Parts: sequence; C-alpha cells; structure tokens
Amino acid sequence: MFSISNIIFYVLVFVSVYVQVFFFVTFLENRKKIVTRNGKIKLTNYPSVTIAVPCWNEENTVEKTILSILDLNYPKDKLKIFIIDDGSTDNTWNIIQKFSNHPNIKILQKENGGKYAALNLALKQTETDFFGGLDADSVVHPESLVRIMSYFEKDGSIMAVAPSVVVNNPQNMIQNAQKAEYNMGVYLKKMLCFLGAINVTPGPMTIFKKKVFDDLGGYRYGHNTEDMEIAYRMQKNRYKIEHCNDAYVYTDTPGTFKKLYKQRLRWIYGFINNTIDYKNVLFRKEYGNFAVFTLPMSIVSIISVSYLFGRIVYNLGNFLYSKIILLYTLGWHFTFKTPHFDLFFLNEQSFVFLIVFIYFLVVFSILFGRKMTREKTFFSPNILYFFPVFGMIAPFWLLKAIYNTIIQRRPAWR
Amino acid sequence: MNDNFNWRKYLVVFFITLGLFITAIYLSDYFGNKKIDQLKSIQDKISIDILSSETQFSLLSELSCKNVSGSVLSGELEELGRKLDWGQNNLGATDEVSYLKKYYSLLEIKDYLLMKKIFSSCGTKSAFILYFYTTKENCSKCENESLVLSSLRDKHPELRVYSFDYSIDLSAVKSLLQIYKIKDTELPALILNDNLLTGFHNIDDLETLIQKSLRVQVKK
Repeated sequence: MFSISNIIFYVLVFVSVYVQVFFFVTFLENRKKIVTRNGKIKLTNYPSVTIAVPCWNEENTVEKTILSILDLNYPKDKLKIFIIDDGSTDNTWNIIQKFSNHPNIKILQKENGGKYAALNLALKQTETDFFGGLDADSVVHPESLVRIMSYFEKDGSIMAVAPSVVVNNPQNMIQNAQKAEYNMGVYLKKMLCFLGAINVTPGPMTIFKKKVFDDLGGYRYGHNTEDMEIAYRMQKNRYKIEHCNDAYVYTDTPGTFKKLYKQRLRWIYGFINNTIDYKNVLFRKEYGNFAVFTLPMSIVSIISVSYLFGRIVYNLGNFLYSKIILLYTLGWHFTFKTPHFDLFFLNEQSFVFLIVFIYFLVVFSILFGRKMTREKTFFSPNILYFFPVFGMIAPFWLLKAIYNTIIQRRPAWR
Repeated sequence: MNDNFNWRKYLVVFFITLGLFITAIYLSDYFGNKKIDQLKSIQDKISIDILSSETQFSLLSELSCKNVSGSVLSGELEELGRKLDWGQNNLGATDEVSYLKKYYSLLEIKDYLLMKKIFSSCGTKSAFILYFYTTKENCSKCENESLVLSSLRDKHPELRVYSFDYSIDLSAVKSLLQIYKIKDTELPALILNDNLLTGFHNIDDLETLIQKSLRVQVKK
C-alpha cells in the first residue's frame, strides 16, 4: 500500500494543501487591509512619470493602448510617453506616427532586439523619477496611475507597484478560462504582496522608481521574461514591491490553444531559468518569503502538476489496456454494459477529501479575485472553463518547458 | 532579516495542514467502516436467505419443488463479490475485509450445495462452475478468466458461478481444493459440473462444455 509512488503522491498533496492554507491564512490576517477604491482620488503632489510602450507588430492594438494612456486621470504635464517600435514588420510604425506631434509623446524606432532592449532605450532617455512600461496589447483604466502613485506617496520605501491585470473582453472558452485565472492571479498577487514576496512585476503598467534601474541596472533578457527577472533582482536586493489591487490593466489574451501554449511555454521556461539563475537565494531567510515560500511553492507546483499528469496518463493507459484485454479475451462476445450508479463504489480515500479542499480554496481565490476586480457578478461560468482548459493543457507546456530547459532550447515570443 | 518573514507562521500552517490530513484520514476511515458495515449487512441478509431456503427445503422435502424459492440470486452473491474485491483494493486488505471474504466463500459453498440438492431432487437443468483464482501473485490468466466468466454469467443467467481465492485461509475452501486436487501451479482452475479444467478457457470452449453438460442432464 505504501509504494514509493504513493508516498510521493501524498507528499505532493501535503505540500499543495500547505500552500493553499498558507495563502488562506495570509488572507485572514490581512483581509481588512484590502481596499478597493471606486471613485477618483487626489494626491498631495503628482510626480512626473514616464510610460514606455514597446511595440513589435502591434498594428491592431497599439492605438488603443496609447489612447488609454492619454486618457489617464493624471496631470498631462507630469506624463511622458515613449513609444518604441522594436523593428515591426507590419503597419505599427505608420500607426504610431499619428501621435508624433503630441507634446507628451516621443516616438523611437530601433532594430528588433526584444522587449527588454526597447525598454532600456526608453530608460536611457527617461528624466523622471518614476518609470513604467505598458505592453502594446493592453489598455489602462483611467484611474490606475493615480492609484498606483498613491502607494508611493503613502510609503517612501516602496520601489515598485504592480497593477491588477485583467483579461480584456474575453470572447471564447480559452479567453474565459484565462479570465478566471487572471482573477485568481489578482488575489494571489495581493497575498504575495502581504508576504513581501511578489515574483513578477507585470509588463503592463508596473511603475518603478527610476532609482531601481539606476541602482540595479536596466532590464535584462531574462529568458524572454524580463518582467520576472527584474522582480527577482529587486527581491534579491530587498527592494520593496507592492501590489495596487484597484489599478486595473486590461490585456488581450491568446484566443487559441496554440497561442496560449506558446505564451505559457515562454512564461514557465522563463520561470524555471530565472529561478536557476537566482538559485542562490532559495531557502535563504534573509531574502524573506520570496526565497522560502514563493520560489519553492512555484517549483513544487510545477513538479505536482507534472507528476499528477504522469499518474493520470498511467491510470488512463491501464484503463485502456484493461479494455483492450477485455476485447481480446472476449472477442465478439464483448458488450458494453451501462454501469449502474452505486454509492458504495464512491472513492473516499483520504486524498480525495484533500483534493476537494484544494479545489475549494482555488475556487475561493477566483471568486475573491473577481470581487477585487469589481466584477459585476459574484459567479461566472468562466470558472467552469478554467479547470478543464488549464487541467488538460498546462502539463504540456510545463513538461515542454522542463524539456527545453534540459536541452537549452529557447521558446519564441509568439 | 526580512520584516515579512516569520517562522511561526510557517509552523502554524504546518500544523493546520497536519490537522487537515488527520481529519481526511479520519473521514476516510469513517466511510470505510461504513462500507464494511454495509458489506456485513448484505452478507447477513444472504446468510438468512440461504438458511431460510435450507429450512424450507428440509420442511417440504420432496413434496413440492415449486414452493422452494430460488435461494439467493446468483446476482446478489456476484454483487457482493464485486464489492468485496473493490473493498480489498480500496479500503486496504484490512482484517475485517479478509474476514468478510472468508464468510463470503462459506456462503458460496452453502449456496452451491443447497442449489445442487434442490436442482437434483427437482430434476431441473443446471450448470455450476466453481472457479479458483489467486490474488497472491500476478495471474493474468486469472484476470482474463474472470472476464470470461462474468461475460458468460451475463449471457446465461441460469449458470451459477462460485469464485474462490486459492490462497484464502478457510478450511472449507481447502477441502474443496483437496476434493478436486487443485494445485496452485494450475490456476486458474474451473470445476464445471464436477469436471476439473485447468488454465485459461475462452468463452466458446466453456459455452460448448456447458451445453454438453446440460444435454447429458436431459438424457439422464
């Protein structure tokens, strides 16, 4: 009964329950600190901010992105916008030309060199004390910047503030599944913020103090996940990262399995390889919960999903094998019997209760994330899409990312 | 040291998780015991049914075959057998499950003897199979034979199949093994109307043998 496979399984279930309980306890400790502001707010003073929009073949979305920045509720003379065409081969350059005469906007063009290089070009020319990027597939909520800046005003030790990224106008099952996932992401980011353990400062609209880059250097390639690498570097240097849960950024998400697979492969590959690069911080308590909780938790979740996937494939294989044997043994006498439902055969092994518990907390985090992003309804069917979509395909990008790491193959951006 | 870091929280969460684990184990145990109770009550019901048929048979003796109820339906015994097998795999081979399995084997033998008696005194055509398999070692032939038998039973409801685990520690089963001289190297083994068949037999072979045995009974 206690085979090695069962022991590994129960250890992984234990750790998964531990992680969920850790988040939930953090929630209970800090729930009163979660404030979601609805109306407009005012700051005592408005520091100048530079927002850089790197674009690479974003002809369909870049205009909307720029217009949303121009629509920000922030003094226009305190806002500087850089639009960097990173060697687009489509119509992006012509589209951004429309804004060339705008007093707040500066347009730059360079050879394609990756997002991090485009951001660094903007950083070099930045003269303001605050700097942020905004991916050209995202639009910002008009109040997002002022809400983010209120965090800096409140606490001088904060070095970066991440927004809440929400899925923009989901159209199909895949995008709806991602909407639920992003909602959960908002909740988890807030919990990680309370733990001082944020591991990604999202590309869309994270605002940094310029000092971060002056002290630590510009963006790095970071295995195509420069927004993760900079967060790791900041955590290593114990720079405080906050999460402004009511600063919303709406981002376009992949609409097909193939595109989603490519995006996640890049993210997970980036996670694995950045973690390898920063392995020296792992489990070192001087780097706080980031080193003792966030990184180990993410590693364990990759192992758990891969292991469970292996287990499911093995059981499915066994099931199919038994059916083949049945067919082979009985030949033409084989008939499909309709199984009759009998509660007796309901599996009530201890792990079943624990997995139900984990699912319960996952659903809670999605629902609370919805509340934090001010969704109109408490429940949405996209929660129902989340489990099958991510349950079925997440193991594939995880395993592929592990495989790519082993053979050192870098995934493409898209 | 980082302000946000405290070992106490890690420890508290560990104990909460441990508490959840213990609760899950307790719940699993609780429902497992409920299932064992369920099995016990099914067995008691079958046991009463067999005893009742036996008594009825003794009372009425040869007077009237019609009045003797068909004893326990083989379907009920088969269902119990399936639940016991599931219990053995999923509830762990607890003492209680193996005790219930012994009891089940005994009920099967009693049902077999009684049915044989009823059928022979009433002159009804019947086919009995005693099937011996093993769970101790990997016996793929046994697994295949089980599939064949359950398919056969679906096709011929009048066929009564009694399955016995070769390795069960029960004197009544051991006596059966002695009577029919069954060795563990010959498993799976079948006794079809007192004839020993060893090794795997497919559905067509068995169907032919059953038809043959039924024809012999008619001639008698």
